[in-house]
Parts: sequence; C-alpha cells; structure tokens
Amino acid sequence: MSVKKKFKGLSDKAVAWLFIGPSVFLLLAINIYPLIYAIRMSFTNFYANKIGREPQFVGLKNYIKVLNKEAIWEKMQVTANFMFWTLLLQAVIGLGLALLLNRKFKGNELLTTLIVLPMMLSPAVVGVFWTYLYNPQVGLFNYVINFFHDFGSFDMIGSSVLAPWSIVIVDTWMWTPFTMLICLAGLRSVPNYLYEAAEVDRASKWQQFIYITLPSVLPFLLLALLFRGIENFKMFDMVVELTSGGPGSATELASINLKREAFEKWKTGYSSAFAVILFVTIFGFGNVYVKVMNKIKER
Amino acid sequence: MKKIMILLFVSLFTFSANSNAKSITLGWAAWDPANALQELTKEFTAETGIDVNFEFVPWPNFADRMLNELNNKGKTFDLLIGDSQWIGAGAVYGHYVKLNDFFDKEGISMNDFSPATVYAYSTWPKGSENYYALPAMGDALAWAYRKDWFDRPELNSEFKKKYGYDLGVPANWNQLHDMCSFFQGREIDGQKRYGAAINTERGSEGITMGVTAAMYAWGMEYENPNKPYDMEGYFNSPQAVEAVEFYRKLYEDCAPPGHSDAYMVANLDAYKSGQVAFQMNWYAFWPGVSKEDSDGRVSGFFANPKQNVAAATLGGQGISVVKYSDKQDLALEYIKWFARPDVQQKWWDLGGYSCHNDVLNSPSFPTSTVYAQGFLDSMGIVKDFWQEPTFVELMLPMQEAIHDYVVNGKGTAKGALDKIIEEWVEVFEADGKL
Repeated sequence: MSVKKKFKGLSDKAVAWLFIGPSVFLLLAINIYPLIYAIRMSFTNFYANKIGREPQFVGLKNYIKVLNKEAIWEKMQVTANFMFWTLLLQAVIGLGLALLLNRKFKGNELLTTLIVLPMMLSPAVVGVFWTYLYNPQVGLFNYVINFFHDFGSFDMIGSSVLAPWSIVIVDTWMWTPFTMLICLAGLRSVPNYLYEAAEVDRASKWQQFIYITLPSVLPFLLLALLFRGIENFKMFDMVVELTSGGPGSATELASINLKREAFEKWKTGYSSAFAVILFVTIFGFGNVYVKVMNKIKER
Repeated sequence: MKKIMILLFVSLFTFSANSNAKSITLGWAAWDPANALQELTKEFTAETGIDVNFEFVPWPNFADRMLNELNNKGKTFDLLIGDSQWIGAGAVYGHYVKLNDFFDKEGISMNDFSPATVYAYSTWPKGSENYYALPAMGDALAWAYRKDWFDRPELNSEFKKKYGYDLGVPANWNQLHDMCSFFQGREIDGQKRYGAAINTERGSEGITMGVTAAMYAWGMEYENPNKPYDMEGYFNSPQAVEAVEFYRKLYEDCAPPGHSDAYMVANLDAYKSGQVAFQMNWYAFWPGVSKEDSDGRVSGFFANPKQNVAAATLGGQGISVVKYSDKQDLALEYIKWFARPDVQQKWWDLGGYSCHNDVLNSPSFPTSTVYAQGFLDSMGIVKDFWQEPTFVELMLPMQEAIHDYVVNGKGTAKGALDKIIEEWVEVFEADGKL
C-alpha cells in the first residue's frame, strides 16, 4: 500500500502528529517525567533504599542543606577549575590544529585521522589506560617529562596538586580533536575571495587572521565550547576510572559527588535537590551563552 | 515438517522448564575463593541434580551491583554471599530469609561454627539469635612478606645493626614500620624495591579497611560500649588519632610510588612483581600467593601485628537466601549441603576458608598450610566496621576523609576523625538512631 493511500483521509496536522508523536512520547517518558519526579522528590526526605518508609514533605530543607554545605561548594570549585582549564586549552589547541590542518600539505589526511582517534575511544577505557601512563614507575608520561627535564619520580594521580591537572590533560587530549573538527568546518566555510581581497588591500597575514579568520570561525568555536562545557559539567566516567575523585576529594567533580549521594548513600531527596540545582545552573549558563553567541553571529 | 517443528518446540520448552526448575544462581565477588566454590559445587550438582549458575562480580562493583539488585527486589540471585556489613540491611529491609526455622528443622547448629564468624556474618541485631546467613568464608586482613629476603644473612645483619633486632615477623606496628623503611628504595638483585603495599583505595572501602587495621590495634572503639552511637572520645580518641597518623607515616615512608589508589589486586600485583617486601591483604588471597611462589620467592604470612591490643580487620562473608527468589527451597538445599562438616573440610582443602569448628579445631589444621595458624589467630581477634543498614552511608565519608588525610596530606588526623563523626551523626539521626 502506498504511503499516499495509507494516509488518505488524515489531515496534514494528524499526519504531522503521527510522525512526531513517538518522539514526543519518548521525550515525555524519558526526560520530562523523570525531571518532574526528581523535582517532586527534592522536596521530600525520600531514601530509595529504605523500603516501606514513606517519603515526607520537607519543603526547601534539602535545597538549603545543599547550598549551605561547604563540601558541595568545594566540589563546585573543582568542577569550575576543571571546566575553565579544559575549555581554555581545547579552544587554543583546537583552533591551532584546525589552522594547521586547513593548509594543504602531504600527509594532511593521515594526520587528521590520527588526531581525531582519541575522541573515538570510550572515556572509561581512556581513564583506565591513562592510569597506566601516569604510573610513576612504569608509565610513559613520567618518562617523557623526565626526558626533557629530570623531575624525578612524581605521582600525577596521587598528589593533590597534580591530580586536578591529570584530569585536565586527559580530557584535553581526548576532546581537543572535537574542537578542532568544528573549527576546521568553520575555516573551510570562509570564502577565498575575502582573503584575495585582503591580499589586494595589502593586509598582513596577522591582519587577515584577526579581521577575517577569527570572526568567521568564532561562532563555530563557541558552539564547540558550548558542547564541551555541557559535557564537562557532567563529566563522570573518565575521572572515576582515573582518580575515583581522589586523592581525598581533590578531583571529586559535582557529578561524581551527586552519584555517590544518590546511588551509594541513597539520599534520594537530597540528591534530587542537588541535581535540580545543577540542572538550573547549567540551563541558566547555557541560555546566557547561547544569547551571547547569537549576538556575536549577528555582528 | 510442521510436526517436527512442534516436537522441537515442545522439547525445547520442556528442557528449558526443567532446567529452570532445577537450577539456582549464586552471586559473589570475582576472586580466587569463588573459583574454589565453583569447583566444590560440582559435587552438590552431582548429588542433587540441581545446577548452580554463578555470577561473580569484580570487587570494585560488587557492593553496587548486589545492593542495587536487592533494593530493586531482583530475582537474579537465589543465593548471595554478601559482605559482613550488609547483614543489617539484609535483615532490616527484608532482603534475606531468616534461617532460624530452617536451621532448627535441619539440625544445623550455629554452635558448630566459630563464634566470631557467627556473630559477624549471621546475626542481626548483633549478638542476637536471629540468623540471616550461614558463615561461608572466614577472612581477615593480614600480611604477607618476602621470607626469602628476610632469610638473607647480609640483609639481616644490616638490619640488626641498624635497629638492634632480627628481621622477622614484626611484633608490633613500630617494627613493621622499621622493616618496611629498611626495604624502601633498597636495591635487591639489581632491582629497586619498596616497603609495603598497603590499602589506599578511594572508591569503595579499601583505605577504610586498611586504616582500621591500625586503629583496632591501637585500641579504637567506634562507640561508647554503654551508650550506643555515642562516638565522641571513642572513635576520635588519642589512640585512634595516633593510629591514623601512623598509617599516613607508613604510606609516606614505605609505599611504592604511585600506590595512591590501591586495594586487593593492586597490592597483589605490587607483591607478585617483586616491588615490595610486604603486602597487606585478605587471607582469601594467600592460597594463590603461596601456590604462585616461584623464581626464588618464598612468602611468609602473619596476622595483623598488635600495638596496644591484638586486633584485626574482619573480612569474609555469610551465605544468605534472597527473599525475592522463586527457588528458595533449592537455595536452602544448597545451604544444608554446604553446612555439612565433610563439605566444609573439602571447602578448606580447595582454598576456601571454612568457619566450621570441626575443620578449625582439627589437630592438623594449624599446620595444614603456612597461613592456617595466622588465620586461627586472626579469627579470634577480629573487629568489623559498622554493620548497620546504613553502612554505605557510613563508609563513604570515612573513605573521603581518611584518603584526604593519608594520601592527599590534607589537614590533621584528629580533624579527619571529627569530620567523620559529624557525618555519621547525621546518618544516624536520619536513620532515627539518634
């Protein structure tokens, strides 16, 4: 039976609903309902593992508790540091690599493929093998660093000073190719005649970069950073495998703490409140960021 | 053709129905004793015709996997060999079948098992006569050392010259530190060696199990014996503080580089690869370590050294019937079989740690292996972490605070213990205990 015959007698609106219905249903079932349920739970003292104990309404108590807990602010600070350094490094190195690969040279395609490889790996696997790379006795990382300057044996994931950097380095290694690819797409969309006109106007390479390349690629770069920012705000698997949030709580990101509160301590009400706060934070930042990005694009 | 298909379908259905009716699933951690149990269970299947399927979960995910299963009233497991600390939750939240009536009916007496193991693995409330598990695998935290290095005259004389006594099984934690420091960074047979592989793991329970080995030996109590849940002055007593400080010193002075997130497997690896003179680990691993001694490596074993008192961290598990199982009768049949003295003897022979008095009190037991006497000594002095239903909530703050102090070097031992008490009070208040 042809599609035309099958849908005969249905209005355009009905056909439209027929197509979007399953998606709307899934969205409601998988995203919206759990969100509403979590918001409801956040106002209770519910513990998911305490069978038979009815949750009681506690008002804003969980929110006040989360916001007043010093440890939570420490985790937020760890998360903010992680995000700041990973985004900064990925923006700078990603853009640099994109500029390099935008030139035509022998082996360009092979190099692009090699650079992109890390982001195709599973974050959990990356976390595990970097623990070996960071091993002070047999790890390659120590060897390479000591090859340039003899620092002696140092423990990247056992030191509170170095551990935060250890996760920044791994995330940058893994996800810079993503920023690079988006920037490369931006660079390749810049029409050549702009550079030709600039050449005619005797603009230097630096001026061409500042006045043509950068404004053209900036919206792409910002978009990549938005994606990476959201991802890194909820970063979990790679860091758990690499440091378990340690030493102590030096690399315990907000998402790791949330998982521990929700699924190890089973403080469902409290952790729902924490999750809602995180959601509102990232949603708020995301909105502001998109508005700024749109303004830049309009310019 | 149609008839053949129907016949095939009917036989497949019958086969699957039969196999379901005569099979049970047992869940445990993935480690050496689990393989020994699998071997032992072949005899149960031969005797009863009941197949036993095994699901062994790696230690780092063991608690998460099993406790989620129980909280979700899952039917995956009919039998569960769960950690000693889970017994409170298993009983209070109704995950485990109470076994008293079954034991009475089958003539299984808890007096036939080592009292320490019955107390730790089977009872809730603690010390009562409510049994939710049969002691299955006795275990405690202990130490293995490189006896072949200790026996070298040149090393012994150098050690004696420096410390004034012979290299040997340390009589207390100070001697343990002396010996570990002696080996730290020392070159033996052309390789750089280190002192001790100790528990420092952050994610699950590793560093807590390690540091409590010291805290118990210093005489730490969790609470006021006359006022339950009153922890101030007990858990953070001067002795407890000293023990935590000592553990940090042991980590700083004696652990191999990079040993900052290590537990069972990492300690084993460090020892087997010849990096360290000592390793802290569970008795469960000693059969494997002893069997794998090669290339001149000779292992010695000893119980947790005493300091102010003799004490050791309890490990081990009891076997329980899961309340949500549809095959409780078959699961109980397995427990009945497993409780038999002859099966318990085979369990020990295969590398499992029986808790049955007939096995432990046998005159040949102490000399049956090089670690048997240590095991007997340890089981008489064991102490366990909280076995409350909220034990995970109690474990996590301790993991964080102790790791922060010992590995991260942040704050003071007293500050870490005070912080833990603060969190524990909150947990007990939420649980209605305070």
